[in-house]
Amino acid sequence: MVGITSYGAYVPRLRLNRMAIMQHMGWFAPGLMMAAGGERSMCNWDEDAMTLAVEASRDCIKGTDKKAIDAVYLASTSLPFATRQNCGILAAALNLPEEGLVTADFTSSLKSGTTAVLTAIEAVKGGEKNAILVTASDARPTKAAWFFEMWYGDGAASLMLGREKVIAEFKGSYSVSCDFIPTYRGSQAKFDYGWEERWIRDEGFVQIIPAAIKGLLEKCKLSINDIAKIAYPCYLSKRVHGDIGKAIGASRDKLVDNMHEVLGDTGTAHPLMMFIAALEEAKPGDKIIMASFGQGCDALLFEVTDEIKNLKERNGVKGALAYRKEEFNYPKFLKFRDLIQVEMGIRAEAKKQTALSALWRNRKLVLGMVGGTCTACGTPQFPKMRVCVNPSCGAVDTQIDHEFSDSTGVIKSFTGDMLAVSVEPPAIYGLIQFDGGGRTMADFTDCELGEVKVGQKVKMAFRVKYYDEERDFHGYFWKAILQR
Amino acid sequence: MATGIRDKVVILGMGCSRFGERWESNAEDLMVEAFQECIQDAGIDKKEIQAAWLGTCFPEISVGQSALPLSVTLRLPNIPVTRVENFCASGTEAFRGAVYAVASGAYDICLALGVEKLKDTGYGGLPEFGSNAGPRNFLVQPNITAPGTFAQLASGYAAKYNIPDDQLKRAMAHVSAKSHANGVKNPKAHLRKAVTEEQVMAAPIIAHPLGLFDCCGVSDGSACAIVTTPEIAKGLGKKDLISVKALQIALSNGYEFGYNEWDVDHFVTTSIASTRAYEEAGIKNPREELSMIEVHDCFSITELVTMEDLHISPRGGAIKDIMDGFYDADGTIPCQIDGGLKCFGHPIGASGLRMLYEMYLQLLGRAGERQLKDPRLGLTHNLGGFPFMNICSVAIVGRYEKR
Repeated sequence: MVGITSYGAYVPRLRLNRMAIMQHMGWFAPGLMMAAGGERSMCNWDEDAMTLAVEASRDCIKGTDKKAIDAVYLASTSLPFATRQNCGILAAALNLPEEGLVTADFTSSLKSGTTAVLTAIEAVKGGEKNAILVTASDARPTKAAWFFEMWYGDGAASLMLGREKVIAEFKGSYSVSCDFIPTYRGSQAKFDYGWEERWIRDEGFVQIIPAAIKGLLEKCKLSINDIAKIAYPCYLSKRVHGDIGKAIGASRDKLVDNMHEVLGDTGTAHPLMMFIAALEEAKPGDKIIMASFGQGCDALLFEVTDEIKNLKERNGVKGALAYRKEEFNYPKFLKFRDLIQVEMGIRAEAKKQTALSALWRNRKLVLGMVGGTCTACGTPQFPKMRVCVNPSCGAVDTQIDHEFSDSTGVIKSFTGDMLAVSVEPPAIYGLIQFDGGGRTMADFTDCELGEVKVGQKVKMAFRVKYYDEERDFHGYFWKAILQR
Repeated sequence: MATGIRDKVVILGMGCSRFGERWESNAEDLMVEAFQECIQDAGIDKKEIQAAWLGTCFPEISVGQSALPLSVTLRLPNIPVTRVENFCASGTEAFRGAVYAVASGAYDICLALGVEKLKDTGYGGLPEFGSNAGPRNFLVQPNITAPGTFAQLASGYAAKYNIPDDQLKRAMAHVSAKSHANGVKNPKAHLRKAVTEEQVMAAPIIAHPLGLFDCCGVSDGSACAIVTTPEIAKGLGKKDLISVKALQIALSNGYEFGYNEWDVDHFVTTSIASTRAYEEAGIKNPREELSMIEVHDCFSITELVTMEDLHISPRGGAIKDIMDGFYDADGTIPCQIDGGLKCFGHPIGASGLRMLYEMYLQLLGRAGERQLKDPRLGLTHNLGGFPFMNICSVAIVGRYEKR
């Protein structure tokens, strides 16, 4: 049996109330009112498609043997690097073994998330691979006061494809591939350019998704009544989302909510996100369709198995949506996305060049948060150094790798620093003590100074550490977040 | 068997520039200002200096690398000059080089000069490291600042001794208000304005819980010393000799932020360096024997916890001593009688020597309006780095008495 063996999801904690956009920009674009209900997820200043992908993947692979993962596919249209494989960063952050691993980026189309899933399934079916992690993630830049700013959300979703302990069996797929261009972004551009929404609706969503789903049902010799849930994206409006359902003859209850009010459209991740939301409510025997929308549509059919009852606890979409803090500060959203220029001061001009050779040598330390444990005295330590830090040990070259990324800890000391350059002052950082040993000075994120106390419990999250504007280099490292 | 430095070397002369935002001055001007006072005080000719040490921490924004800036500025006669850098302890490091060189017998007369020209960065606070912190540090270390790291002592100390935030903040305010009161009486100090504890507590936050007045001045300045043996000093006609009683440096080894014990409540290094210094100086009970101290009060909380690491206040007892006025100008052991880093200012490389300069003046009865009554032993504490990883230097000087 081939299919989905695990899933995970991540949504950044901040939710921008869409009325905040309306209130600030309604004078300029009154039409925004039409999409101003509910909230959209927004990245913290230190989050991007890469960090979202890491968090969703961590949720998905929790408790699985990393050595058993044969390949990782990362799908997104908003990845930080045009060259330097982004999936390589993901694999390093997950501290997957480098030898024997295949990594690939799936980009350029909003359907690349489902295409990556399909490609993974085919590799597993073909027998060459046993387990493939597919993560789709998007945090798309949009111009201010545009409908897309309202419609879009930031988020990531992961599926593990394999043949052991399958929770949803793959039953078939059908794809339509065509050069339909609702929006596009040239290789040098920062923002998408889009055509009229009415045309996107009439010639795009309402035609292409139904064509793929009908093709899938025909191919699998099923009728729409055999299907429990259908997950497909449509950011235009709830009404158009419903129109697509009508076009395939599906009753309203079969349509998975597009989460416009609570999340927004998460791009390549959205079909997976909606599919996972359906899985979380599904019972064995349910047939669920996951379909995408980009330059065509992939429609995939899965049937839920009994194994879903044995799946370990995880955040999933439910947990991701529960990790939430409302934001009504629209200028903050603009600053986080670098859409307004703020005076950062001369201090911010300090050199931020990354020594690629040093990053390569220290990749496990930096991207994987791998420290050491001394085999002579048992002391966990970060970073791993040649000489053990325990003053009564001091043994040389006795340390084995110790992953701290999944460790929890407590705050020993902290500050909120108004002098340090920060996108969101104060820069909060302090010393954290890991449970079971090891400590480090860490940045804290997703918190406010008033919430931070000595003794409070923390866990680690993969975040943007710095962005080198001069060389267009994104630097990542791990930060501490409060256990809530 | 090592016998320590006690009474082997005396200070022949000292000098110190006015500290402050010296917009009109190059590092050259500051060095010459300090040196001219020093050489006149020593009463020797420049040609009699046989070796020199330069302490400076951020040469890239002021004098440039190597010891050449000192040699060239003073037109030293092709003698050996060495530049030392150990963060904020660089000044004491320069002094240590000169003192040890004399004590070894390699030279008769040596010069130590510290200088820093900080106010050419274009912004407040110390220079930003960026990727100059070292390629690996840059990748994993938070974008720390000095106030941000020292501020953490407050959270650690308050948690360890279960002290309410406002009580700690009040004691920190007393530390700063006391130094401001002292700074008023010092014509060379950067900041010469008295402030109340209330003003200190109401100041804008720099790094929680440190406010503006919990932080020392970022200044331009220079200080220097000429040292020699007691015999040579006497031969030159010097009467009241001030000798080095102890000179200790202790460095972190990663234990604080790497092992699992330290509670961010004190300085491991200071506790060690001061113990060694007392031993070297033959001091049994510092609380009773020390006349005055100049400590590295880069931030009020640093001074507060340092009182315990110097083994003067008991653990957890600094707040009581501070609030009792034990360290005030009229207290039992006046601390920062010259205003300290807080008000005299903190030109990094010069600070260790500036502290010694005040001890020297006080011991010789030359401290003017702020002169203490009959001081005999003075301690300086000069700390570089951050609470979790630092360089602590402790020097003790006093009247030279033949044992």
